[in-house]
Amino acid sequence: MIAQAPFAQTPSKTIPLDVERLRRDFPILQTSVRGKPLVYLDNAATTQKPRVVIDALRRYYEAQNANIHRGVHYLSELGTKLYEDARLKAQDFIHAADWREIIFVRGTTEGINLVAATYGRSKLNEGDEVLISGMEHHSNIVPWQMVCGERKATLKVVPLNDNGELVLEEYDRMLSSRTKMVALAHVSNALGTVNPLKRMIAMAHAKGIPVLVDGAQALPHMKVDVQDLDCDFYAFSAHKMYGPTGIGVLYGKSALLQDMPPYQGGGDMIKSVTFEKTLFNDLPYKFEAGTPNIADGIAFAATLDYVQALDWTAVTHYEHDLLSYATEQLSGIKGLRLIGTAREKAGVISFVLDTIHPHDIGTILDQEGIAVRTGHHCAQPVMIRYDVPATVRASFAFYNTKSEVDALVRGIGKVLEVFA
Amino acid sequence: MAADELRSLYQEIILEHNKNPRNFRTMEDSDVSVEGYNPLCGDHYTVYLKLEGDVVKDVSFKGSGCAISKASASVMSTMVKGKTKQEAEALFERFHDLVTGKPGQSASLDDLGSLAAFAGVSEFPARVKCASLAWHTLHGALENKQEAITTE
Repeated sequence: MIAQAPFAQTPSKTIPLDVERLRRDFPILQTSVRGKPLVYLDNAATTQKPRVVIDALRRYYEAQNANIHRGVHYLSELGTKLYEDARLKAQDFIHAADWREIIFVRGTTEGINLVAATYGRSKLNEGDEVLISGMEHHSNIVPWQMVCGERKATLKVVPLNDNGELVLEEYDRMLSSRTKMVALAHVSNALGTVNPLKRMIAMAHAKGIPVLVDGAQALPHMKVDVQDLDCDFYAFSAHKMYGPTGIGVLYGKSALLQDMPPYQGGGDMIKSVTFEKTLFNDLPYKFEAGTPNIADGIAFAATLDYVQALDWTAVTHYEHDLLSYATEQLSGIKGLRLIGTAREKAGVISFVLDTIHPHDIGTILDQEGIAVRTGHHCAQPVMIRYDVPATVRASFAFYNTKSEVDALVRGIGKVLEVFA
Repeated sequence: MAADELRSLYQEIILEHNKNPRNFRTMEDSDVSVEGYNPLCGDHYTVYLKLEGDVVKDVSFKGSGCAISKASASVMSTMVKGKTKQEAEALFERFHDLVTGKPGQSASLDDLGSLAAFAGVSEFPARVKCASLAWHTLHGALENKQEAITTE
């Protein structure tokens, strides 16, 4: 065996990701579906969970369960600490300036709704505009549509080019004195496009417009630094980054959050209540009414420990390589058209096959143990833009392998056979 | 096992109707036309009827969707032509029972003709809506519904 060069001498070379070892962290990846080893390529819908996350959930319910924030007994204090630890870990993970800027929500959707319903409702007036992009998930369209309808404001949409990239000249042109909010996906769930956010945020800020980022599809694939991006809001979901369902984060700059009215009323979000007057709690609790999702919050803390320990340079390299391989292999299939060919992409390949509907493809792949998503991916405007009723979407995580890509390609071969 | 189930869903007759759908055309002089769509997967068809009293004199459809939905629409069009409204509705009921796997269906497959090919759909719950879209749309047309039909 050849001795490896000392690490100090090769600082620029990354250690390759040990995918086989990482795969063993995820119990479900060892299972079979319909008699075939599971090939899970629906990670943009939800990722699988490592054992440490599943164990944290079980441990909470078996040994730690109590309501938090008010109790003076042992379990309540323990639960409070574990839950609040998740907040500190989330702050650390996205490099927020202050723990009070981390608001726990059910997920990205609720995070965006919170901003639309509080910031949007209090700031938008007749004739104002909210600017979103043509690649948004329904969750970053509909909340803005609702508040715009209510406040008689207008929703404007930055167009996409044929590759699935935002047209930045148009974006610049559409940022106007009427624009009161920009809301953009970091990574498109249907196309995989990574938007040049830092630049786009700077362009909006140059005109004094705040920017909300839908980060649901970014966090599983890349390290995000909200201070470096300088975004005003950043929403993401734990379950799309190897954590439990039902919990996510809305990050917001504290100056903006402090100024916003509360979202929901109830316990925990108050300092004092009389029938005449209620004093709202400080950040972040002002936005967290009711008993929170304690179990998933605590499991999210375990998730954050897990992802924080990953070598993100290696993860990014590996995923980039995997996506290139998959793109190359799929492009070789006759009659296959890729939807979304942006220069910067992460995690997602959408495609259509000549004359074979995505649903038929999905059903046949499923018989091979391959999980992909078929449909409009909650991004119907994207389907309309590329004139397809639906696509097949294979979406990747760091635990996927080239041999799984090969299985997908063989599966598509089966589809072509059935429909020959 | 997987291969068998797949064959039971994508039977020759279904693949053939998908490739060469019957009565696949817009009917300019229809008495009634109703749109049907399946919002989750994007299957989208219009069903056209020409009626003479109580009898379906002619039927056609146009649109796009998966193989199951298109083949089902095609077979439906061949089955209901010349039938009375009541006969067409009765067929729909039997077809619905078949694809949703209601017990006791297999005993009476013989007289269902090409419809029997859809028995395998019941093993694929996610695809039942695909198979029944055209029939729901036909039902809407027979009742002279003005609004589009959805399977949601």
